[in-house]
Amino acid sequence: MKPARFVMERPRDLAAALSMIAGADGATKIMAGGQSLGPMLNLRLVEPDRVIDISGVPELRRTDRANGSLVIGACVTHADIEDGRVPDVANGMMARVAAGIAYRAVRNRGTIGGSLAHADPAADWVSALTALGAEVEIASRARNSRRIAIGEFVVGALDVALAADELVTAVCVPVLPSSARWGYVKHCRKVGEFAEAIGAVVIDPERGRGRAVIGAVEAAPVVIEDARILFGGAIGPSFAERFDASAADALLVAAGMSDPIDRHVHVTVLRRAIGQASVQGSAKVLDAA
Amino acid sequence: MTDAVGPKTPQGVGARLPRKEDERLMRGLGQYVGDIRLPGMQDVAFIRSPLAHARIRGVDIPEAVRGRVFTAADLDDVRAIRAVSGLPGFKVSEQPPLATGKVRHVGELIAMCVAPTRAEAEDIAASVTLDLEELPAVCDMRAARQPGSTLVHEHWGDNVFLETFIDTGIAAAFDAPIKVTRTISTGRQCMAPIEGRGCVAVLDHRADQLVLHTATQMPHVIRTGLAECLGLEEGRVRIVSPDVGGGFGYKGILLAEEICLGWLALRRRHAVRWLEDRREHLTANANCREHHYEITVYAERDGQLRGVDCDAIVDSGAYSAYPFTACLEAAQVASILPGPYDLPAYRCRTWSVATNKCPILPYRGVARTGVCFALELALDTVASAAGLSPETVRFRNLVRPEQMPFDNITNKHFDSGDYPQALRRALETIDADAVRARQRKGEPDGRRIGLGLAIYCEQSAHGTSVYAGWGIPMVPGREQASARLTPDGGLELRIGLHSHGQGLETTLAQVAHEILGVPVARIRVVLGDTAMTPYSTGTWGSRAMVMAGGAVAAACRELSERATRIGAHLIQARPADARFENGRVLGPSGEVSLATIARTWYRRPQDLPADVDAGGLEATSGYKPVRDSGVFSYAAHAVAVAVDPDLGEVEILDYVVVEDGGVLVNPLIVDGQIYGGLTQGVGTALYEEMLFDAAGQPQASTFADYLLPGAPEAPAARIVHMETASPYTEFGAKGVGEGGAIAPPAAIANAVNDALRPLGAELRHSPITPRRIVEAVLAARSVAAERKAAS
Ligand SMILES: Cc1cc2nc3c(=O)[nH]c(=O)nc-3n(C[C@H](O)[C@H](O)[C@H](O)COP(=O)(O)OP(=O)(O)OC[C@H]3O[C@@H](n4cnc5c(N)ncnc54)[C@H](O)[C@@H]3O)c2cc1C
Repeated sequence: MKPARFVMERPRDLAAALSMIAGADGATKIMAGGQSLGPMLNLRLVEPDRVIDISGVPELRRTDRANGSLVIGACVTHADIEDGRVPDVANGMMARVAAGIAYRAVRNRGTIGGSLAHADPAADWVSALTALGAEVEIASRARNSRRIAIGEFVVGALDVALAADELVTAVCVPVLPSSARWGYVKHCRKVGEFAEAIGAVVIDPERGRGRAVIGAVEAAPVVIEDARILFGGAIGPSFAERFDASAADALLVAAGMSDPIDRHVHVTVLRRAIGQASVQGSAKVLDAA
Repeated sequence: MTDAVGPKTPQGVGARLPRKEDERLMRGLGQYVGDIRLPGMQDVAFIRSPLAHARIRGVDIPEAVRGRVFTAADLDDVRAIRAVSGLPGFKVSEQPPLATGKVRHVGELIAMCVAPTRAEAEDIAASVTLDLEELPAVCDMRAARQPGSTLVHEHWGDNVFLETFIDTGIAAAFDAPIKVTRTISTGRQCMAPIEGRGCVAVLDHRADQLVLHTATQMPHVIRTGLAECLGLEEGRVRIVSPDVGGGFGYKGILLAEEICLGWLALRRRHAVRWLEDRREHLTANANCREHHYEITVYAERDGQLRGVDCDAIVDSGAYSAYPFTACLEAAQVASILPGPYDLPAYRCRTWSVATNKCPILPYRGVARTGVCFALELALDTVASAAGLSPETVRFRNLVRPEQMPFDNITNKHFDSGDYPQALRRALETIDADAVRARQRKGEPDGRRIGLGLAIYCEQSAHGTSVYAGWGIPMVPGREQASARLTPDGGLELRIGLHSHGQGLETTLAQVAHEILGVPVARIRVVLGDTAMTPYSTGTWGSRAMVMAGGAVAAACRELSERATRIGAHLIQARPADARFENGRVLGPSGEVSLATIARTWYRRPQDLPADVDAGGLEATSGYKPVRDSGVFSYAAHAVAVAVDPDLGEVEILDYVVVEDGGVLVNPLIVDGQIYGGLTQGVGTALYEEMLFDAAGQPQASTFADYLLPGAPEAPAARIVHMETASPYTEFGAKGVGEGGAIAPPAAIANAVNDALRPLGAELRHSPITPRRIVEAVLAARSVAAERKAAS
């Protein structure tokens, strides 16, 4: 389990990184925290000629607030978020999600951008940031930078809408209104494991709106942009009581989840995430399952 | 030397002494195989079979790497591994170190590549092309027994290594009012020491020896096996086992890799090294535990057992592992299934079945973990069929203290103990009444509470009489130890077995201290090197403390007698008037320390008596217990769990172990052994499983897919010790190394089933994964729904 030979490069700034990526011939891989790429290299699942390590690019570690959202550099680590070195614009949701990823050693290095670019269907950020309505910012040397919603960026398992010369530079998380509540439940086999099922919801009962995500489904997560269909058509103050499990189940059937046990588990996890959201602000937040 | 001697001295037998070896091990200063650096050393990567069953048509080695890749054709002077059992009907498998003709499991070695670094060796491996003709694979032990099954070893005519049968007259139980039958099984596991296997081989020209540094539990047995396979005199082989990062049985076998490296080193002017990586470990090597039981228990309505009838199959994999053979587990199943109970009738048929999986290896507890799982789960179903509590059924059938020593239905000789007392204390300590009250009350979060019990007894340190009957390559005899005083009064102990986490450098020193009074800090314990230690079959079968402890005591006693003679002379006493005590020789007119006696022997021989023992202050003695049929340690485990019926998550709320390992040489170390074993047992119960697809491909190649319990999953267990001395051993000690891993799967499964019983769900396969729980709960719900609809 040793990687095949490759050349490693460490660009000093974003411009250098983008031109290295653009000018690459042969197989090139970007490395951020290396927490997913490292094992893939060791197992020789990928055998790039060049690895471009972007972890030292200062522009990718910055965090800025702009136009109602927080722009988090792609190389900000899970631990940065867990520890609150990144401002909290999601009423505590980001820190909670970060703290539940892997083990501390992995969180110290693993990055939010790497996690999204890797697009493991069971990854926490893929589901959580989708529920928050976040976008990724993408740059390349040739074109202007662009932003797309995570739901459009992650097109399938380990599959993202990213061209060969592009880099994820940041994640833009909208500031959550104080009336909004969130729930995030990750069902996994033991501490530090990838999820078997994820339920992520952001619900604003005052505005009667919400978004829900059912994640860890072996493909891109199931996104329910308008969560009212989970509650008989309307989101009111007692939304959790009106959760319609059969509606969620039908969505999973439509998404191709044929196994009834899988569906039961995913619906249960979603129900619990909704339960968490419903008690937020009023009572203590139940811990994740 | 102010230490007092005698039982319960601060350093002797019974002292909770922190481990001597931790000074280096906890500071990262241990020396494992992977730390060994020899000049010019090169690395080996193996080319392994990607298929479970295939004919080898060819191995295409590119011109550029010729001379750095070796196949069976190169190793034509090497003999295959043959681990033969003398049990009647045993069929022999030949395991050539590099495959010839066909491969029989994924991961089987086909070729060996050598290069300056492992990465380069892997590059070479990647450049070699295998031409394999895939054959149908048989990966299910029950299918393997069917007529017409694919054959793993064609010339056998079937896939059965060994079949055994015992019937003490089960028919007498057939009229019992209660009869429960269950299919119970344990998943295939991969035991996972932190350090994998690995070896460094080098030819020592000065000593004219092949030196193999290898992470092994049994250096002397490996020496024999390696010499036989390579056709060398044993004197030309030296095995050095350095620090070993956990063994658990995985390091108690002769590896094909060791033979390959030995062969290569004989032909190279530099050392060669192979360090197993996790993928090799998981997919090709460390399999264990897969059992399948069809068990029927007959009982009276009051829980009195009338008989147990069982068909058991063990999936032994493709080859018989050296030295314990492919029938170790199944043959043990037949003899130990009755557990700690007094059974009136018993029938058991077992099959050790060959499949296209890697060989099954002994893992901590060996067959006991499976047997305990099968019987203890079955007893809970008896209890529920009889409307009795699980403890009632057990109390009614456990061998009672007044029956000890007791010969059970399979002629196992239980030496001592109070099994019911262990169970009583476990129930008290966990506060069974309170757990059951909480269970009745129900949890606000909808989880369900369960209480689970399991009790076992474990034959430890069993010796010649047991193993001679099996006729396997290794029969333990008298264990030996050498003890030598240094000129300044320190002590060196040399023992042929090894320590791989058990703290034997500490406990054996405690034994020596008990006899000689030398402070533990001044006792060095040398283990794991065939050039420096007396022969031993090694560390396995919970035997090290009993056997090596006994041997150290014997050697130290011999030394104390010799020292007493010298000491008596120095204090001008008649030997009969002198006595050895507290590390000194006392006489009517004075006393002299062991250090002075040592100095006299080595450096002032002019002061010695004329009739001094010419053996001096170095003695090798042998030991075996008064009876070598094994001494039985035992434990009762009780666990309280909370089960989430919708997601299948199991939380261990409380865990109690009441164990009796006889007189404990170091209770602190015993606690550590129990915690470690228990955590592995939790792995067996809830997490670990090596699944294979129909083509025989292992489904986990990293720890992302093969789940081990980590620190958060290790229960904060409470341990209660009972100490019933064995009548047969030095100090009354019994073996305790394996026990912690035996009962947890049974106890936890019983707890989960206790929690889910009102729902009608029952789990009978380990590991009990969340998915299996949800599956069982949903199935039970739909049965209930149908019943409701029908009524
Ligand atoms: C033991 C373990 C447990 C884990 N458990 C979890 C878990 O519970 N939940 C979870 O969500 N994750 C888990 N992970 C994954 C972890 O979160 C990783 O950090 C994450 O998947 C990848 O981030 P990284 O920065 O390490 O990316 P890398 O490994 O460096 O890269 C991953 C992939 O993304 C690409 N990439 C990286 N950054 C960029 C970029 N800025 N632009 C374009 N492409 C890029 C790389 O080329 C590569 O293909 C676990 C990992 C380990 C090792």
